[in-house]
Amino acid sequence: MSLSLDQVRRIADLARIELAPGEAEQTRDQLNGIFALIEDMQAANTAGVEPMAHAQNVAQRLREDGVTEADRHADFQKVAPEVETGLYLVPKVIE
Amino acid sequence: MTGPSMINASLKQLAAALAGKKISSVELATLFLDRIERLNPALNAFITLDREKSLAMARAADERLARGEGGPLTGIPLAHKDIFCAEGWLTTCGSKMLSNFVSPYDATVIERCKAAGTVTLGKTNMDEFAMGSSNETSFYGPVRNPWDQAAVPGGSSGGSAAAVSARLTPAATGTDTGGSIRQPAALCGLTGLKPTYGVVSRWGMIAFASSLDQAGPMAKSAEDCALLLNAMAGFDARDSTSLDRPAEDYARDLGKPLAGLRIGLPREFFAEGLSADVAQAVEAALVEYRRLGATTVEVSLPNMKLSVPAYYVIAPAEASSNLSRFDGVRYGHRAPQYGDLIDMYCKSRAQGFGAEVKRRILIGTYVLSHGYYDAYYLQAQRIRRLIATDFSAAFKSCDLIMGPTSPTTAFRLGEKAADPVQMYLSDIYTIAVNLAGLPGMSLPCGFAGGLPVGLQIIGDYFGETRMLNAAHQYQLATDWHIRRPEP
Repeated sequence: MSLSLDQVRRIADLARIELAPGEAEQTRDQLNGIFALIEDMQAANTAGVEPMAHAQNVAQRLREDGVTEADRHADFQKVAPEVETGLYLVPKVIE
Repeated sequence: MTGPSMINASLKQLAAALAGKKISSVELATLFLDRIERLNPALNAFITLDREKSLAMARAADERLARGEGGPLTGIPLAHKDIFCAEGWLTTCGSKMLSNFVSPYDATVIERCKAAGTVTLGKTNMDEFAMGSSNETSFYGPVRNPWDQAAVPGGSSGGSAAAVSARLTPAATGTDTGGSIRQPAALCGLTGLKPTYGVVSRWGMIAFASSLDQAGPMAKSAEDCALLLNAMAGFDARDSTSLDRPAEDYARDLGKPLAGLRIGLPREFFAEGLSADVAQAVEAALVEYRRLGATTVEVSLPNMKLSVPAYYVIAPAEASSNLSRFDGVRYGHRAPQYGDLIDMYCKSRAQGFGAEVKRRILIGTYVLSHGYYDAYYLQAQRIRRLIATDFSAAFKSCDLIMGPTSPTTAFRLGEKAADPVQMYLSDIYTIAVNLAGLPGMSLPCGFAGGLPVGLQIIGDYFGETRMLNAAHQYQLATDWHIRRPEP
């Protein structure tokens, strides 16, 4: 398998990472090297094998439906790039 | 004890010195902070130091000791990998993305260490978002190996490893997603343990690949690792994958003799790709184990060669999802100039992430995208099952598995930096353990060309106590773990 430049640009767009001019070529070459390694998987016979998502076979726990956290709104927003009256500011999305 | 003996002392010896008023926690912290000030500029093992904060913690520990309320770790200095959120401390994860992030809360690991009374000396350097095997992907520059400053310390917990190795701290915390505690422990000549998945809480530990990430201790000996793990481990309701099991004393079996221990040697660990001098040191360690009463038996992990490809699907897939939270809105880097919202995301992420992190996000995005999910992600998860099944079969005929931690000793800075695939293959012996969720550790077993060699011990699920016992008995009989680089 080999990625095309268009595919690399499409993936970068999905991942919300801007590629600088010329960066797509270099990225493609490196990704193709990594995919050549990953391709080794395809030879393995895994018919009938149950996919393993997790190391331990545990179910999600339930807890009481109650408030457990203190309100630390201001502490958490102190590290935000841009905040106004308790809201995170981003570029306008609705006209 | 004097300064030189303090820097080599075990945690138990330090606790005894503190309890016996031979030294105070403030004096001990000062001794290490001075040493860091002197030696760290060449090693770059720390990203953040804050003498005032460290000494305030030491003063509190001294007061606690004076009240007679100290535990086995009260007053002992520790360094924390910069992947753990620590309240009021810059927590960067080795990335420009978080280079302005002062954590508003403590990770559970930090909280537990603080409750035990340990003193934070600083936050250690690491590969960016723990993605790397050489500590060269850090935004804060590479860490150098104290045994040879032209060599890498391993990664991703390279700063923690170099700091313990150079005796800048008595012990440190690390995390291991594909070998990130064990491989740097091997390359820097220390003892490091990755526990069974779910034993140590991941809450507040910045996520890389959530189904694989696990924190553990890095120290000079197995005994020290056991004591530190006692503080780190335990159920935490805030981590949905934390295992609710009774607390254990990981030091309880250190003194047991090894007679009758059955050691499995996977033939795939001793095959092509293993450098001859590493093989020689590992073989010599096995001779020592037989002398201590253990027997060895050949076992097989036939799917081990598939662990690297399967890992480089699963880990990037989980990473691409985990790292989507870094968007320049709630915390972290935001591009100074942008157009609309999407452009702000794309520019902030392009500027905030380094090349290796971007590569892994792109791989993960691709393998999870429509039309490729079955061929890559599900196939990798099926291989993950085959690997876990191989280990279960092997543990039918042995108690512990042993082999090399890394195929070579520390490589040169820059040697593999331009070739991601070569870098990935340096984790060939450690990755399968994470995929299966088993505990693994590395301990020093000799030198090759002046650089340390690591012996890997792999246990069955919850086999930490038995592994630490085997490592401790070996360390009673050998002195590899005591050797340290000058100065």
